[in-house]
Amino acid sequence: MTVLLSIIAVTLLAISVWQITKIFEISNLGAKKDDSQVASEKDNDLQGKLMFAFLVFIYLVTIYSFVSYTKVLLPESASEHGYTYDTLLIISFIIIFIVQTVTQALLHYFAYKYRGINGRKASFITHNNKLELVWTVIPAIVLFALILYGMTTWSDIMNFDEDEDALVVELYAQQWNWKARYAGDDNVLGDANVRFLNDFDGRNSVGIDSSDPNGLDDVVVTQEFHLPVDRKVIFKIRSQDVLHSAYMPHFRAQMNCVPGMITEFSFTPTTTTADMRLNPDVVAKVNRINKIRYDNSQELIAKGEEPLEPYQFDYLLLCAKICGASHYNMQMKIVVESEKDFNKWLNEQKTFSEVIQ
Amino acid sequence: MSAAVNNNVENHDDHHHHKETFITKWVFSQDHKMIAKQYFVTGVLVMGVIGVLMSLLFRIQLAWPEESFSVFEIFLGDRWAPDGVMDPNIYLALVTIHGTIMVFFVLTAGLSGTFSNLLIPLQIGARDMASGFLNMIAYWLFFISSVIMVASLFVEAGPAAAGWTIYPPLSALPQTQPGSGAGMTLWLVSMAFFIASSLLGSLNYIVTVLNLRTKGMTMFRLPLTIWAFFVTAIIGVISFPVLLSAALLLIMDRSFGTSFFLSDIFVQGEVLHYQGGSPVLFEHLFWFLGHPEVYIVLLPALGITSEIIATNSRKPIFGYRAMVASILAIAFLSTIVWGHHMFVTGMNPFLGSVFTFTTLLIAIPSAVKAFNYIATLWKGNLQLNPAMLFSIGLVSTFITGGLTGIILGDSALDINVHDTYFVVAHFHLVMGISALYGLFAGVYHWFPKLYGRMMNKTLGYVHFWITAIGAYGIFFPMHFIGMAGLPRRYYTNTAFPYFDDLADINVLITVFALITGLAQLIFLYNFIHSMYFGKKAEKNPWKSNTMEWTAPVEHIHGNWPGKIPEVYRWAYDYSKPGKKEDFVPQTTPIAKGEKITEH
Ligand code: HEM
Ligand SMILES: [Cu+2]
Ligand SMILES: [Cu+2]
Repeated sequence: MTVLLSIIAVTLLAISVWQITKIFEISNLGAKKDDSQVASEKDNDLQGKLMFAFLVFIYLVTIYSFVSYTKVLLPESASEHGYTYDTLLIISFIIIFIVQTVTQALLHYFAYKYRGINGRKASFITHNNKLELVWTVIPAIVLFALILYGMTTWSDIMNFDEDEDALVVELYAQQWNWKARYAGDDNVLGDANVRFLNDFDGRNSVGIDSSDPNGLDDVVVTQEFHLPVDRKVIFKIRSQDVLHSAYMPHFRAQMNCVPGMITEFSFTPTTTTADMRLNPDVVAKVNRINKIRYDNSQELIAKGEEPLEPYQFDYLLLCAKICGASHYNMQMKIVVESEKDFNKWLNEQKTFSEVIQ
Repeated sequence: MSAAVNNNVENHDDHHHHKETFITKWVFSQDHKMIAKQYFVTGVLVMGVIGVLMSLLFRIQLAWPEESFSVFEIFLGDRWAPDGVMDPNIYLALVTIHGTIMVFFVLTAGLSGTFSNLLIPLQIGARDMASGFLNMIAYWLFFISSVIMVASLFVEAGPAAAGWTIYPPLSALPQTQPGSGAGMTLWLVSMAFFIASSLLGSLNYIVTVLNLRTKGMTMFRLPLTIWAFFVTAIIGVISFPVLLSAALLLIMDRSFGTSFFLSDIFVQGEVLHYQGGSPVLFEHLFWFLGHPEVYIVLLPALGITSEIIATNSRKPIFGYRAMVASILAIAFLSTIVWGHHMFVTGMNPFLGSVFTFTTLLIAIPSAVKAFNYIATLWKGNLQLNPAMLFSIGLVSTFITGGLTGIILGDSALDINVHDTYFVVAHFHLVMGISALYGLFAGVYHWFPKLYGRMMNKTLGYVHFWITAIGAYGIFFPMHFIGMAGLPRRYYTNTAFPYFDDLADINVLITVFALITGLAQLIFLYNFIHSMYFGKKAEKNPWKSNTMEWTAPVEHIHGNWPGKIPEVYRWAYDYSKPGKKEDFVPQTTPIAKGEKITEH
């Protein structure tokens, strides 16, 4: 594999160098061969045209990327604030596209149009206050509008109220796994600190203070955690060792986990896992992934190894802050379901008092 | 100002009578031109090659995870790549050292060190830096720093691996990853030397620009290169000490049991004693340097570009004063935007709003610069040599990369793309590639000044076009895998079947990276070959206005034989009406009846 790849890469490089060198040589034919860097009229002509071609290249790369990569992007948001987030994102992208298309066009077109001709004199233009004012003020206005929009969105997301009926969930990070803690019937999380982690022979896996009555009915889960749909969730986020970041991309949610500090984030899930599995974008993505996994499995089977399991969509909690060797594999499954199913699931879990008995 | 006057009237030979030996000429040289070359060789040719090589290694890993590669065994050895399979710890170490080397060693020391040293005295009309001795010390501190950083690659437990941002507690506690042992100690020591070097260098640049300008060289006649180097040095002096203090506090937490950044930590079954510190404090200190650092990297590249675009458009730079104003505005604003790296760290949301505001403000002077470059090309007579191509390329990647800053700088939008590949795409284009283009442009343009010879044009063109296509090929698709939700600094994406359909894109990116990386060999070859066999350069090959081209091609101590020329005009009288030539050097007196250009 390595050898093959290196050969391919080197060959490709060699071919492109050879080709391009040839193009330049042919285009220089007849001219006195001068390979110092001063550009001749012929060079200017060719390079100017290549600049224009490069504009086309940038556009093609953009179009190609959008046509063939849009499908890998995240599906529509599964949280309430996520819709505002997506709208703001799309507006920002539209602005970016317009500016990108126009400025790249001007830049490369000018590079082509004004490619040097011997004896022609450039226009002597030093500045133009009116023009400069225009292109200072217009970006300023656009940016101010974006700032206002962004700020209101941001403060709507971040300044949530601690409603009575919101579900409180603790996300607990450590090298290299996640745990979640539910507050139990009192909906109040018991006090916790890393000092208590060694209590009860390590069964106190998130360090709940056993002398705090609020903690006795708390429920700690691993591997997956569940959320009821359409009910606000307030996450209290902790870490026991290094920085981690609780990243739930389908909900447009991220907050760092900081040892010694409790950070917060809140969102309201709007789509159950079951419904999201029916979303056409998700269906298409899952099919593509399973095709890839099937192909890879064939290779594995041929080598006498276990095939891969077929993939089924689930919401994910990932770690987005570098945290050591297994940073790339810190995951927890999130299940969004009806309130009824949620309560049923939660009741099946052991409470802290049961665990430490 | 008296220094400036003295500098001019003196005839150089009157006061300097020292004999040059091999050691003082080539090793412990105090001559700014030699020091510039030393920076280039150490920072770019040595450290740069190491940094790029590392990126190729981890790109191969990302494209074909879990496969065995003999290159891994060759470069990483049995310990880090048993049977040719890369270890996750060394992956993180490679990413960390790649980032550190590229940002600090290549694009800070390599770029600023080379061109500030070469150009400040030559373009302002000075015999040398204000203190040649300090300048030499600055280089040697940088050299020591480089040696230590390279040495750290060979320690038993591996080099630093906490990311170039070295956030504690990961960087503070060897129990959390092997790289945080001796590797991190060496990283911190290396950076302490680096910062000392950078401070000495910057102070020298500032003092030299303020005091040693030749007669007639007012601040508003300075070429934009000098403005950029000057302001960069000021930003460096303001922000690097803060990084030094962060590093010192981190050293204390690591070795002397203090708790500046640590609190309530439990690792490997043990409750540690640290109480009351906060990693968020470190993040503030780090980014107080970290963000200005982006401009420390970028402004010199923009300065170089300004000069090259004006010269090769045969046209004055458009809006000289606006350019100076935007350099100053960027410098000021760059010190109050650091919080945009910390929107989701648990910092008060109100602060998030403030930093969104300042961050989007900084987009305005940046946009002004881009527009001014485009306007400079307009109605020019463009000489499209390799230096010019790289400069135009810089403007292109600066726009493409800069625009996504609108998304990352907006706290609300940052939530879902923070620490994903979207960020990697953004900063490589706007800072990494742009500054690298600035570096290449500078080398092609000032090679005749550095070595008295010309570089090969054809190879320069080939180098540019492969790099230009490669840069978009590598970094454009990264936006998409980032928006698909893929976090950065992942050793492999295979732990999540959800990311399986990104595998193809990762292969494509790596193929582009390999081709682009290898294409840099063309540049290396061209550089080294031209040093010895390039065509002998004329005194002013680009027909440029700035002063360095009035100095003799052969390097002499003190730059000009006899008196330093006087300056009569700004640097951008290109294609001035009424002049026969399309350039008028700054040293040409105003002719009878000639109107002084208002700018
Ligand atoms: C051949 C060219 C390059 C390639 C293929 C490349 C590739 C990459 C990739 C893929 C990453 C992210 C790895 C990860 O997050 O897991 C990365 C990180 C980084 N690169 Fe590059 N890069 C290149 C050149 C540069 C340049 C010119 C700079 C200069 C600024 C640079 C600075 C950085 C920095 C600061 C990081 C972050 C390191 C960290 O996460 O701690 N790179 N590079
Ligand atoms: Cu992590
Ligand atoms: Cu920043």
